Amino acid sequence: MAEPILSVDGLSSGYGDFQALFGVSLDLAPKSILGLVGSNGAGKSTLFKAILGLLPRAREMVRFQGQPIGDVPTRRLAQIGIVMVPEGRRLFRSLSVEENLVLAAEHGRKGAWTVQRVFELFPILGEKRRQGATSLSGGQQQMVAIGRALVANPEVILFDEISLGLAPIVVNDVYAALPEINASGISAIVVEQDVDRVRRLAHQLVCLNEGRVVLSGPAGDFTKAQLTAAYFGE
Amino acid sequence: MSAATRATIGLILIAAILASLPLWTGAANLRLVGEILSYMALAVLWNLLAGYAGLVSVGQQAFLGLGGYTLFICTIWLGMPPLAAVPLAAVAACLAGVIFAPLLFRLEGAYFAVGTWVAAETVALIFAAIPSLGAGAGMSLPAAAVKGIASSRSMREWLIYWIMLGLALAILGGTFALIRSKAGLALMALRDNPTAAGSVGVDIWWTRFWTYIGVAAATGAVGSVIFLQKLRISPDAGFSLNDWTAIVIFIVVIGGIGRIEGAIVGTLLYFLLREMLIDYGTIYLIVLGLVGILVMIFSRGGVWGLVERHLGWSLLPTRRLRD
Repeated sequence: MAEPILSVDGLSSGYGDFQALFGVSLDLAPKSILGLVGSNGAGKSTLFKAILGLLPRAREMVRFQGQPIGDVPTRRLAQIGIVMVPEGRRLFRSLSVEENLVLAAEHGRKGAWTVQRVFELFPILGEKRRQGATSLSGGQQQMVAIGRALVANPEVILFDEISLGLAPIVVNDVYAALPEINASGISAIVVEQDVDRVRRLAHQLVCLNEGRVVLSGPAGDFTKAQLTAAYFGE
Repeated sequence: MSAATRATIGLILIAAILASLPLWTGAANLRLVGEILSYMALAVLWNLLAGYAGLVSVGQQAFLGLGGYTLFICTIWLGMPPLAAVPLAAVAACLAGVIFAPLLFRLEGAYFAVGTWVAAETVALIFAAIPSLGAGAGMSLPAAAVKGIASSRSMREWLIYWIMLGLALAILGGTFALIRSKAGLALMALRDNPTAAGSVGVDIWWTRFWTYIGVAAATGAVGSVIFLQKLRISPDAGFSLNDWTAIVIFIVVIGGIGRIEGAIVGTLLYFLLREMLIDYGTIYLIVLGLVGILVMIFSRGGVWGLVERHLGWSLLPTRRLRD
């Protein structure tokens, strides 16, 4: 495998006295998608927060393009090329769809992904560009959140349960964008509850259980039964 | 005609009426309107600080008093014309903000609020301990300096009124322009969700820093004109928590925090209540308290929040203007 674009090495972290991650390691290959699965409370969101520096981590525990970045503050990560699409979307409610995107574009890196290209990827957002971002439907809000990540022109996007709270048909619309995003050279870690969907989408799979990696490898290597067993910690 | 053009024309019209006020009203009304303008400016500034940047300061009196004292020091010690000292008052308050910010920004939420109060009290105590500034008793502007502003008393009052009007409009216009600018997008994002703003790369510390010292400078300028009008300053008057922060917070909360219109409407409401009830003593204070409590329980967005929700009005369209 080529040198990983993002690697996590022996990451332990948690909330105050409560340790939620125990020596988690994973490698994200360039231009690939890594599916991160696990039951509720397995530590998936915690891992994202630790990578982004919202939870404590040590300098050597996270590497980006070979460089340790465990001491880089959150606000700098967008500039070096790591952004997250957070669970619950966290759009800015007093800004319009377009303003949400413009803000992120201005504070991120310059590149091929412009606000205009996001409107091409999600035409519905172009139509509703002047509307308040939080007046949109859940799926459309999720598209804004993804667009906000894209216009920062990152190398890596962390997608945290982008299907949460969405109708299945809407989930398909949102996920339909991922292959194109990946084809533009962006690598991604995708947290998702729907194991079948992740298996189809991801190149690599990592399964967490109770804060530890219990399964890791190419997505095609595992049967559904193996994944289900790992998922429930059997 | 776009909404922005309409708003601009409306503002120019109101400014023209206000500017012509000395020609057709008496000194008492002029003083009242001047006071309303000063509170409107302070409310717009505090709203920017607390409603947008999330910095709930209860120590703005530090900058206001500093501005006032700077004017007196420049006039009395350096022999400067009082009007020339107004920009220097802004610079002095700004410098104090630059010193306070790194210390206070280490504190979060309620601790920050208490910290700003402590900082303001410290400044007040320092000024009260300087004998050459009249210590606790304060000082008056010498007659010669007062005459230097304008020869006649009414001309002087007009001039000070016009300066306050210009300053208030500049603060209102500047705040409006700031919020509609690209920096304003970051400020609004910061208000909506600081964590998410940080994640998209908004530098929260510096955004807050520039807002804090900018507001400090403007508050200092307002303070210098307020005390230029009063002709006398003391630590109790200059650094009054009640006059320069508590009333301003009340205005912003009843008007609607996080909205420019809220600060304006809140100021008008406050003065309406005050002029109607001032003769009733304690009842006046009880009514003010009740209004504050009712607004906080039933309309967290203040009176303007209600207007916006039910009528869809927006006097100053700060949103969605980008083409």
